[in-house]
Amino acid sequence: MKIKADREVCVGAGMCVLTAAELFDQDDDEGRVLVLQPEPHPDQVAAAREAVELCPSGALSLEEG
Amino acid sequence: MSTVEVPRGVPLDRPNPFDPSPQLTRLRETRPISRMIFFPDEHEGWLITGHEQVKKVLADTRFSSSSTFQRSPVDSPFLPKQLKEFPVEPGMFIRMDPPDHTRLRRKLTGVFTVKRMKVLEARVAEIVNQHLDELAASPKPADLVEKFALPVPSMVICELLGVPYEERAEFQTRSHKMLSFSTQPEERMASIKEIQEYILGLAKQKRAEPTDDLLSDLTQDDDLEPAEMGGIGFLLLVAGHETTANMLGLGTFALLEHPEQLEILRDDPELMPKAVEELLRYLSIIHLGARRIAAEDIEFEGHLIKKGDSVSISVAGANRDPNKFDDPDTLDVRRTATGHVSFGHGVHQCLGQQLARIEMRIGFEALLRRFPGLRLAVDPSEVPLRTDMAIYGVHKLPVTW
Ligand code: SF4
Repeated sequence: MKIKADREVCVGAGMCVLTAAELFDQDDDEGRVLVLQPEPHPDQVAAAREAVELCPSGALSLEEG
Repeated sequence: MSTVEVPRGVPLDRPNPFDPSPQLTRLRETRPISRMIFFPDEHEGWLITGHEQVKKVLADTRFSSSSTFQRSPVDSPFLPKQLKEFPVEPGMFIRMDPPDHTRLRRKLTGVFTVKRMKVLEARVAEIVNQHLDELAASPKPADLVEKFALPVPSMVICELLGVPYEERAEFQTRSHKMLSFSTQPEERMASIKEIQEYILGLAKQKRAEPTDDLLSDLTQDDDLEPAEMGGIGFLLLVAGHETTANMLGLGTFALLEHPEQLEILRDDPELMPKAVEELLRYLSIIHLGARRIAAEDIEFEGHLIKKGDSVSISVAGANRDPNKFDDPDTLDVRRTATGHVSFGHGVHQCLGQQLARIEMRIGFEALLRRFPGLRLAVDPSEVPLRTDMAIYGVHKLPVTW
């Protein structure tokens, strides 16, 4: 599974960092999402799914497989 | 088969101070997408109360935030009597759509990241403790809103923006006027203008002599017109005043009225982040909801929402939807309440939400620790509720300890 983040769409609300700090960060300038770990561990998958669901702007998605 | 009438405006009655209007609940049960009458022209628009539907509308930019025609979701002089075009004022990005919205919001998001807010924690704790010291030293009973809930977030946002805190009385009165349903339109517009002018004056000083704060940073940005900066400063200042303050005030009231929940939280302060999310969900203080206008004809879950239709979004409806939360009308500080829409959803989701969370976590935690005997000083029915304001909460919370 791969996490994809569209930084053009991101509005910097930080929900991803709040939900899964091991997987996401925000850049210092504009607060846009940075993916720390594009391929989450099996035990991080649930958190990754939650982050995708909670992202308000639809910037995050998961590529299954 | 529905027996619920088309509501005239957003139902705001509160038989129980913590629950939304029963009419809102009935509406969600029968038709989560309902017609609703808007004012002043009796326009028949829409009221969305289901969690899933609310999220969909907020995520869909065809529902425009840039309302050319603003209508009021309550029958009050709150907005001008004539339907007239409201030019979106420079910098007021909550009333803009992408790409204008995106351009302005990006100038701020770096300041409000989860990381930056962590750095602010120590300062927020100092401000909280200072106000609790003052509360402890004041005569009993005391008004928790005046002594704690309002000054803490005000001082935090003033420092962040670089607005002298001593001048808060000026714009607090105006921001209160601006959000009250009984304020006449001219007076409301005047209040808005006055706060904006105040910010612009301050910005002029900061451009000449920048200090270490957000307004100074913005004045150094060549891409921003001065008027835009005024608009941005205005939004942050007002948002920083009335929202978190009401969560702290009403949240304390709710905890005092649910002593078993208060007990759980006192026994296990680690639960605080969860409790904050749950209070946000349970109380849904943006009780007037958010407004959108359909920018084109939109097929929406079997309904045709026509171009120009006003759409009102019920945060409380969504946050109490049993399809999303089990036993939604019960306050349960142990539950996982994430997914609530108290900060909105979509591109306009609250910019200051991480700051708000930190203020609430630190604020509630310190309040409960310092005042183990905290209790209401009046009968709960005597606590004055803000049913007359765009942001719900309590006008006063008389407490003793
Ligand atoms: S939650 Fe979405 S919008 Fe917010 S910072 Fe993360 S990716 Fe960006």
